[in-house]
Order: sequence, then C-alpha cells, then structure tokens
Amino acid sequence: MTTKQTTTTELTAPTSPQPTRSDVPVLEARSISKMFGRVIALRDVSLSVKAGEVNCLLGDNGAGKSTLIKTLSGVHRPDEGQLFMDGEPVTLASPRDAQTRGIATVFQDLAVLPLMSVSRNFFLGNEPTKGAGPFRRFDMGYADKTAREKMHEIGIDVRDTAQLVGTLSGGERQTLAIARAEYFGARVLILDEPTSALGVKQAAIVLRHILKARARGLAVIFITHNVQHALPVGDKFTILSHGRSEGVFKRGEISLDKLLGLMGGGEELSDLSRELEQLQNEITVAQAADPGPGAPPAG
Amino acid sequence: MTTVEGTPSEAARLRRASPIRQLLTRPEFGSIVGAILIFFVFWALTGFIVGTGFMSWKGFAAYIQVAAQIGILGATVALLMIAGEFDLSIGSMVGCAGLILGLSITQFGLPLWLGLIITFAFALAVGAANGYIVVKTGLPSFIVTLGSLYMLRGAGLAMTRLVSNGQTIVSGVGAAAADDPLSKLFNATLFTIGGADFKVELLWWFAVVAVATWVLLRTRFGNWIFAVGGSKEASRNIGVPVNRVKILLFMATAASAALFACIQVLEVGNADVLRGTGKEFEAIITAVIGGTLLTGGYGSALGSAFGAFILGVTQLGIFFVPGFNSDWYGFVLGALLLVAALVNNWILRRASGARS
Repeated sequence: MTTKQTTTTELTAPTSPQPTRSDVPVLEARSISKMFGRVIALRDVSLSVKAGEVNCLLGDNGAGKSTLIKTLSGVHRPDEGQLFMDGEPVTLASPRDAQTRGIATVFQDLAVLPLMSVSRNFFLGNEPTKGAGPFRRFDMGYADKTAREKMHEIGIDVRDTAQLVGTLSGGERQTLAIARAEYFGARVLILDEPTSALGVKQAAIVLRHILKARARGLAVIFITHNVQHALPVGDKFTILSHGRSEGVFKRGEISLDKLLGLMGGGEELSDLSRELEQLQNEITVAQAADPGPGAPPAG
Repeated sequence: MTTVEGTPSEAARLRRASPIRQLLTRPEFGSIVGAILIFFVFWALTGFIVGTGFMSWKGFAAYIQVAAQIGILGATVALLMIAGEFDLSIGSMVGCAGLILGLSITQFGLPLWLGLIITFAFALAVGAANGYIVVKTGLPSFIVTLGSLYMLRGAGLAMTRLVSNGQTIVSGVGAAAADDPLSKLFNATLFTIGGADFKVELLWWFAVVAVATWVLLRTRFGNWIFAVGGSKEASRNIGVPVNRVKILLFMATAASAALFACIQVLEVGNADVLRGTGKEFEAIITAVIGGTLLTGGYGSALGSAFGAFILGVTQLGIFFVPGFNSDWYGFVLGALLLVAALVNNWILRRASGARS
C-alpha cells in the first residue's frame, strides 16, 4: 500500500542466495495444526522451501491445501506449530505483513483486473508517485516504462501498456501476476492453482515462468492437484491428504502413479474407471436390445 | 492511461496502437460522439435557425446551466459507480442540504460561512454513514442509499415544518445572503453575451469534472477506484484499502449534492424540501451516457461532462422543437440511456475482447 519506490528497486535486484545460508529454508512451517471449531483442517503438517527450489504442494480438493497456504500467507494463524523464515521463528500478523516479509501469494482467479490496463494492474497497490502534497500523482510514465520492460522480459507482447489485461490470455494474466509479485520483492512465491483453469498451451506459459523464477533464486511453493503439471517443475513434492502430510518426496524418488495414489485420488480414480467401465457395458447391452436410434421411447 | 512514454528502442519492439484506435476504446468516446450528434439533431429539428431559440446565446446559456448542475453530481457519481456502488440518496440530499443552509441563515440567523460549513459537514457525515453501512454490512448500496433517500426526504420535510411553522419552503434566503460576498461564489454571473447570463456554476462544474478526472486517471486513489469496482477481493488481496476508497467516494457524492444545493438555494433565493427529486437517477444516467459501466470497474469522469451536456441539450432542446413539449423529456432520456448502455457495451467489447 505504501511501499516506497526506493525500497522496491532494491528488492528487484536478482536474489542471489547467500552460499552460507542457502541450506536454510527461506520459509518453513513446522508441525502446523489448524482447527475450525471441531473440524481439524490441518494436523501436524510440515513444509519447507529453499531459495531456488520448487516445492509442489499436492492434494485433492479438501485435503487442506487452502488452509495451509492461507496460514503461510498470513490469513490464518496456526493453532499449533511455528513458521520460520531464514531459520528465525516468525508470526505473520496479516497478509500485508507476509507481503512485506517477502511472501507473495498469487491466487488463481483473483490475481488481476481485466478492465484495467497492464501498467495499472502491474502497480496496483504499489503505485509509484511523483510530486508532493496535493499534487502527488501516479507516475504513469515510470509505470508504463517499467511494466513494458517487465512484460517484455516475461515474453508477453503487449500492443501498448494501456491495453486492458482482459485482452491477455489466461496464462499471460497469471504470469503477469507472478511477475508483479516478483518485482515487488517476493522471496517466496506461493502460487495457488495457477494452472488448473488453463489449457495445455496456457499452462505451459505459467510452468515456464515458474522455472525461470526458480532459476532466479526464488523459493516457490506451487499448489496444484494436477500431477502432470507438478512433475516437470518440482524439486520436492509435499503431499496432503485429509489434513495430514503423506510425506515429502524428492524429484525422481516417486512415480506419477504413486503420487496419484498418495494424493487420495488414486483410489477414487480406479473407482471411477471401474464405474465408467460398468456404465459402458450397460450402454452396450442397452444398444444391443434397442431396435434402433429412431425408435420411440417405451410407453 | 493513454500516456505511453519510454525509450524509443523499447517502444519500437512493440506494436503500437494507432491514436484513432486508442480513442475508439476510450470509455468517453461514445459520449463525445453522442454530444455532437444530439446537438445537431436538435438544431435540425428546430429548422437550422440561428440567432433565436435553440441556436442562440440565450438557448445555449439555458442548457449549459442545466448541464452544469447535473454535471456536478454526475462527475462524483461516475467515480462512485466505477468503484462499483450507487448513491440514490443524493436526490434528497440536494433538498436537505438546501434546507439546512436556508434555515441556518434565516431561521437561526447564522452567518453564511457558518451555514455553509454546517451544510457540508452534514452532507459529509451522511455520505460517510452511507459508505460505512455499505462496507460493514455488505448490503447492496442500492438498498442502503434507497433507505437514506427516503429517510432524508422524510426527515427534511418533518424538521422544516417543525422549525418554520408548517412551511416546507424556506424563503428569504436571498435577502439574508445578499450582502455576503461569499454568496457570489455560488450565484455570481460570470459574463453576459447577447443578453444571456453565464453563471458561476459553470466554473464549479469544470472544476469538479477536472478534479474528478485528475484523481481518477492520475493518482493512486484513482487506480484504487478502478480496482475496487473491478474486484473487491482482488483489490483486498493486493493491499488496496477497499473500505476507505468506498467511504470517501460516498462522501464525495454527498458533498457534490450539497454544492448543487448551495448553488440552487443562493441563486433562487429560497430552499424547498422537494428540490433535487429525481436527480439521483439523472446523475446515474449522466454517468452511464459518459461511458461508465453500471457494474463498476470501468468508466470516465470526463465522459460524465458530455453526458451532462447531452442531458441539458435534451431537456431544453425539446422546448424549441415545434410540436413537442417537455412531456417528451423522460421518454427521450430513457431512450438515450438505452442507446448509451448499448454503445458502452460495444466499446467495452472492443477494448477488452479485441484479441479474439
């Protein structure tokens, strides 16, 4: 809201993780539990992410992914357990507090405003200003220039920065939101289902950007329920099921089938395919008994 | 929003939109074309006569005055609508604020400056209350301000009868304020051309539109207005003070209604509780004709000025058309609103869906 331009420019310098501390996770959650009334949303869940690492948080709907990321982004306070940043215990007072500490959460559908221009979106909430007193104004020149540079860096060809974000594709919008979070000093990127509403091509744009962010030394927590999206970019896979951690696996340690099984989706998927098979059989039987497609319904 | 600066090498790598295309996708584009069109339509309907009637200085002064008055309301209403809210209470705020000013300087014998302070303080307080209720309860502002519309009208009527012996019109305001140079701020004649007086409210109108446009397009607050109307959730996630923006805008619409009231009361010389009836919808129509979306997130304060001009020309132009009278005003206004909504829709599709 009031981030000064001077501080943001410092923070945008490529994060080079200090070699002595690179083994200390930038963000770590230890034994987090969260209750809503009598419902246990999270029980003893731990998760950590280092600089230059992508930790994929996998789980089916209702596994507790949302509660966990809301805890990590300052929306909820954990009932038990502790958060650490760079090894130091921290308490996140609010989403704003998390942001100033460098934790940026990008939500799937609430990231950008389609009826606002690219530069207005890019600087929303962190508008650069010039002038003083009643003449303090939005520095559109700076905003346009910076937004254009950043959009070019992430490979989005905008006609001009006054173009409405609604004209960008879904993947480009999501990428814009990620680039914006990075620009404003994020050290930890929490991406909430950034690819789940997107087609294959659009998802690829976002996944490519996640890899670029990792290469720049950011710590990325990538939430998804799509294993195909997680496998190619993840260094680590944290699996949540029914509010519990089903384990943390390194890249190469685990196969797609195993991941699916652990997510709690495996069982349901085999149930589903069994059911579909049965349905198919019924249809075949029915068609065989049916004289033809044009026949009037009985009765 | 349209300023595109930067290093030439950077700019050269991007396809640039032509100035014409940029103008076509501006929200106020429709209203500019509409204003020119309406003007010529009425001139044609009055037989292209120059010097008397529609195309005369007196005619022009008359409809520009109507435009100025509704335009003062329209500019702030446009900002509020871009932020995704409505304020229906401004109609009775005009009546109420006028009564407060009138009673202050006649019944209570207060100096004009104090009366003005009380009037604006009252308006700002009601605006803040409207805003506070809307953001805290999450109720639609349409309902909340519909409530205050009736409450203000009812209370204004009752209180005026109570303090002025059953009268609903406070007279003698003109006489009470005549000697005060401060009243010139609201009722002075700027200049006279061809026997037609151009009043100071034109300056107020330009000032309100200019400030509203500047705030909307060139300040951080303006960026937040667009954002809040576009998506409350997204704005909140990113750290925009959603509630503060909305409450301040409700205060702005109420203050503009108070300004309208002060101008009217000091110009006419009396206050009437029924003043401002229907202005809440005329202000919304002005904003919509000016290119502001009913659903928020997109629009223009500058456009509301063209909307107000269209309204003024229509309202008074009908008088000059042979065979027509003011009964048709409502019909024409409604039709204009429909056309404006359709044009806005088209412009918006061009601006946001031009990709496909």
